Amino acid sequence: MTEVKSPEVPAPPAAVPDELTPGHARWHGLRPYLPLLALVVAVILPYSTVNLPGVFEGPLNSPGTLQLLAICLVFGGLAAGYDLLFGRTGMLSFGHALFFAVGVYGTAILVTKVGLPLWQAALFTVVGGTILAALLGAVALRTVGIAFAMVTLAFAQVGAILVARNFGGLTGGEEGLTLDVSGLPSALVGVANTVNLYWLALAYLALVVFVVHRVSMSPTGRVLAGLRDDERRIGVLGLDPYRFKLVAFTLAGGLASAGGVVYSLLVGASPHVTSSELTLSLLVMVVLGGPGTRWGPVLGGILYMYLDHRLTAFGSSDAVNSLPAFLSHPLSQPLFVLGTVFILAVYFFPGGLASLRTRLHPLLTTLSRRP
Amino acid sequence: MNTVILLTLTGLGLAALYFLVASGLSLVFGLADVLNFAHGLFLGVGAYATWWAAGNLPGAGPDGFGFVLAVAFGVLAGTVVAVLVELVLIRPLYSRTIEQVLVTVGLSLAGVALLQATWGADARPFDRPAWTREVTSILGAKVSNALLLLIIAAVLVLGGLLAFLRFTRYGLVIRAGVENREMVTALGIDVRKAFTLVFAIGGAAAALAGALGGVYFGTVSPGQGGSLLIFAFIVVVIGGMGSVVGSAYAAVVVGLLQQFVNYYGTTGLGDLCVVGLLAVVLLLRPQGLAGKVATA
Repeated sequence: MTEVKSPEVPAPPAAVPDELTPGHARWHGLRPYLPLLALVVAVILPYSTVNLPGVFEGPLNSPGTLQLLAICLVFGGLAAGYDLLFGRTGMLSFGHALFFAVGVYGTAILVTKVGLPLWQAALFTVVGGTILAALLGAVALRTVGIAFAMVTLAFAQVGAILVARNFGGLTGGEEGLTLDVSGLPSALVGVANTVNLYWLALAYLALVVFVVHRVSMSPTGRVLAGLRDDERRIGVLGLDPYRFKLVAFTLAGGLASAGGVVYSLLVGASPHVTSSELTLSLLVMVVLGGPGTRWGPVLGGILYMYLDHRLTAFGSSDAVNSLPAFLSHPLSQPLFVLGTVFILAVYFFPGGLASLRTRLHPLLTTLSRRP
Repeated sequence: MNTVILLTLTGLGLAALYFLVASGLSLVFGLADVLNFAHGLFLGVGAYATWWAAGNLPGAGPDGFGFVLAVAFGVLAGTVVAVLVELVLIRPLYSRTIEQVLVTVGLSLAGVALLQATWGADARPFDRPAWTREVTSILGAKVSNALLLLIIAAVLVLGGLLAFLRFTRYGLVIRAGVENREMVTALGIDVRKAFTLVFAIGGAAAALAGALGGVYFGTVSPGQGGSLLIFAFIVVVIGGMGSVVGSAYAAVVVGLLQQFVNYYGTTGLGDLCVVGLLAVVLLLRPQGLAGKVATA
């Protein structure tokens, strides 16, 4: 890079725009620390006994609430990992549920059937999930576009079939597999220790956000963004698109299987995690939150899981039941509400939640100027 | 020998179901580049509308001519839903492929949930004509009449579709559009009308699959479409996107493979073989058995 020397013309004093009034500037300085602040708040959250009626069923530190929050956090992390594929590299994979399921079932089988201690089971599972992602990615990435989506969908379907058919009685078939708690450290067992699982889920989310952020800021991340925008150009620059996509696919698969380990401790293994609907809901989370942004997928994942759980309670509440049947029946189906919101979001908020601020900015400025 | 004939015929019955779903998917993908996840919804709508009509529509019933009327109502309902989906949801997103896929994904989630909200998550028993429950003896193998009905219907649909594509003006437009959409547009033909038409055909075929599948299985349930859809996708990819004949061949191969391996191997192995076949076809011949290159 050579810098072109501009002639020594004193720059005219720039008029200070309205947005840059001192009050705003003070908050701007704090912005980089906001994620840290959110993390601290999330860490100390279980110590509060605040009761939020309507939002959660019990006080914040009750095991039920913490369990729900922990599930939300795991899915926030999972969505952020999936965004590495969809939002940042532009790969439409329909098989992400497979790697999550490998994490869930791998932990459950290694702990319950093989009797390994938890840390070994988790290690084997994550390593195994990563290797599987590398192998399947190596095959699937020979195709692109819609064909890639189909191949990953088919691979995930193999996982679903293997789990459902219950070969050798390993997976428990339809009933799933409950974790044998005798082999687990006592701090992770029992209702009273849900808070530890919550912190574990939070740590997982923080890890995923950190990894995805580091990767997308690295030179590799810039190549991935280039692949999303124009793959041929990356090829012309002399870089191998296949290798970079394989790196992203493997990394996302490994992160998903790590999420599966946490989920297995939280909920146990059920065949639901292998279904293609899980991948579809991951897609919904990422698009609702805002693909390719740092916080969008996380928010989307947390919000989706929260709504998925809470809309069931909302659907059976008196307010909904008093509505006429043609309204109350669809509203009692969380997937109907979420699917409709998703379609509306695709039409009216293509950038998801993360773009909401920029989209609302003109409205807010007109509102604040009026008085 | 009896077993082989029976397995062949059940395999062909399965292939008939796959073909009815896959033919519409394949045409829609070939022409409009839309990967339609909502196709399972059309199937569900067809099945439930037939089931509802058999019980409630005046003149329709579970037997004789009333059954024909019920199936016709189901097919009509599927067609109307498909046309509405195309006009209201897909058309505004013209040529934005990813968004179209996302909309159909949302639609499949919301639509199935809506069916579930209206009629419950459990499978409902399907009122079917008495003769479909009987068996016919073919070369010594006892085959259910519902299965034969399914196979005959699929063959008729295949013949009708091919005749439509080959001998009518709209068929010509659709074939040309699958080949090269820009060229058709450049010749001054409104290709979007063909999109709507293709959606209508696909919706009708899927609804027919839903109705006859209901007769064959004896029940209807909201999730039925989704599980068929994945194998229909596999059939489309193996057959080559945009090719009706390719879908027919691939449906037969997939159906027979699944039945025979599931019978002679362990249950579930056939499904795995189908996925293996898909991987092999994609790696060796990415454009499918017959059709344009799937990677577009």
